[in-house]
Amino acid sequence: MLATIISWVAVALILATSTTILINRDWRVSLGALTVQYISVFWLVSRHLPFVMGSVKLIAGWMVVAALGMTRLGLTNLDNEEEDTFWPRGQWFRLILIFIVALVAAGATPRIEAAIPGLGFPVIAGGLLLIGAGVIHLGVTSDLLRVILGLLTMLAGFEVIYAAVESSILVTGFLAVTNLGLGIIGSYLLVAGSTPLEVEEEL
Amino acid sequence: MSAPILWIAIPFLAGVLILFLLNEKYSAWAGGTLSAILALIALIFPIDTALLLGSISLKISPSVQFFGRSFEFSIADGPLLAIIYGVGALWFFGTQASGTANRFVSLGLMIISLLTASIAVEPFLFAALLLEIAAMLVIPLLVPIYQKPGRGVVRFLIYQTIAMPFILFSGWMLAGVEASPGDLGTTTQAGTMLGLGFAFLLAVFPLYNWIPMLMEEATPYATGFLLWALPTFTVIFALGFLDRYAWLRTTPQLASAIQFAGVFMVASGGIFASLQRHIGRMLGYATIAETGLLILIMGLRSSEIVNLTFLILIPRGLALAVWALALSIIKRKAYTLRFSEVQGLARSYPITTAALILAHLSMTGFPLLAGFPARLAIWQELAAQSLSTTVWAFVGMLGLLIAAIRTLAVFVMVEEEKKWALNESWVQMAMLGLGVIGLFILGMFPQILQPFLADLPSLFNRIGQ
Repeated sequence: MLATIISWVAVALILATSTTILINRDWRVSLGALTVQYISVFWLVSRHLPFVMGSVKLIAGWMVVAALGMTRLGLTNLDNEEEDTFWPRGQWFRLILIFIVALVAAGATPRIEAAIPGLGFPVIAGGLLLIGAGVIHLGVTSDLLRVILGLLTMLAGFEVIYAAVESSILVTGFLAVTNLGLGIIGSYLLVAGSTPLEVEEEL
Repeated sequence: MSAPILWIAIPFLAGVLILFLLNEKYSAWAGGTLSAILALIALIFPIDTALLLGSISLKISPSVQFFGRSFEFSIADGPLLAIIYGVGALWFFGTQASGTANRFVSLGLMIISLLTASIAVEPFLFAALLLEIAAMLVIPLLVPIYQKPGRGVVRFLIYQTIAMPFILFSGWMLAGVEASPGDLGTTTQAGTMLGLGFAFLLAVFPLYNWIPMLMEEATPYATGFLLWALPTFTVIFALGFLDRYAWLRTTPQLASAIQFAGVFMVASGGIFASLQRHIGRMLGYATIAETGLLILIMGLRSSEIVNLTFLILIPRGLALAVWALALSIIKRKAYTLRFSEVQGLARSYPITTAALILAHLSMTGFPLLAGFPARLAIWQELAAQSLSTTVWAFVGMLGLLIAAIRTLAVFVMVEEEKKWALNESWVQMAMLGLGVIGLFILGMFPQILQPFLADLPSLFNRIGQ
């Protein structure tokens, strides 16, 4: 009973953090929300995987946050990054999008549980919320850091659901490598272009 | 020695060592030589068969356990590994001529080893994870540290990452379909998931917009390598699905959908290529059209699917390497690769421009060139099944031919007084010359591929039935 309550709290946290990542424009707040999000992901993953394998996802996630945060901290010229103004991207628009995602997740969760019994409502709801939030994030931004955050969010949602159907150590390891890889590639892409050509030649 | 260590671990570690220990001057030779040696070993030493060399008995064991799962190669994988590392060697030897940094060889070796691991991993659907990791390793090749990343590379990363969950979920659902084949709902869901996953991986229309973008913003040689490596292994991965799940082969609606996606890519790729004014984007659209041909082959109701696929994959590797090398040589002279910048280059870079045109013509299926035998075989199969599909595929190839003629016209558009000059280095001339000779040899004597192709259908036994 307590575990179920905590699971639903994790789902609520996922909704709150993914909304924060989507709406807030401050990268520090977004990365902070992602850190909290990984705790919820850890809890939901641990419903079906052993504690150690769940903690791999938590540690990998936090390492990604640390890599992205440290990289972004070292960059000063991205504050006035211009954004595409073609698509609607106001806060209300994003709030409506996340509301739609929440509605879709609420509607789809019982159906998925009926199709794949045993996953658990909180796991499905949390996974769907993360996948939906990640996908809409990818749809409304062209900013590099935000794209990486969107991909990480989407992957986290996938991992929550996939952990319930596949418990292989190899898959857990590869998914951790994928998350870390996304973090490192994200950091690399953030740094790329801010280093002048001469510096590389000197090296 | 086990096969996965030989063809996965060793090249991966070699890539890491080259990255940290060797300078640019030697990395091309080191990577190319290692790749060529691995190809030769794959060709000469059969896997899981004892060979007596004097008093010494040699045997390459087929599998290795890793975190509870196995990576294994069969004896039939030998020719495939020879092709992969043989074509890889071509790309690595070409890096010196293309002027790409040593990161290409080191990361290239790591990418090829990861992609090779995707063939060996059991259960085979875990290959999706390895393809994703390989795709991420490509990114430092595409974006040098001093260059701001463009939209193409970001879209590439997004699409490849989205593909992985679809494939993994569909693999899990397909197991359910196998257990209860009569469940139409699960079958449809699994088929849709699988289709979406491969649509993202193979950049099926309209998800191929990152390819021409990438050709504009990244180095042509690195992008060419990406456009050779990822689709090649993705197609092998897709053949694995077709081989494993009978209903994928036997559902007529699915075959029609695959054929439609393929022919749409061929036609649109060809037509868009003919409209371009940027010779890099042309290469992008040509690869889209060729990937379309590969998808089209997978949709054929024929026992020759595997033969046709590999008949197209081998010349594709060579033609793309020559084309990308020529583009990277031209890009050093004309930064943007637009028609206005490359006009009249035939007189100052005659070998490069000739190699580029010949590689382009090879991909259109021009007679006597490497792409021709494969396309002839495809026309033969296709014409027997659907005339309209054949016509649209022909339209695509015609578009590519028009693009080649337009490029040729731009290259030779120059004042009469301008003198001929050879501005290529001897390494560039040698690499391009060898590549072009290879294109002609594969075009005129396609039977030399027979030793490679003979055993490959046994990798996918059930497709041929």
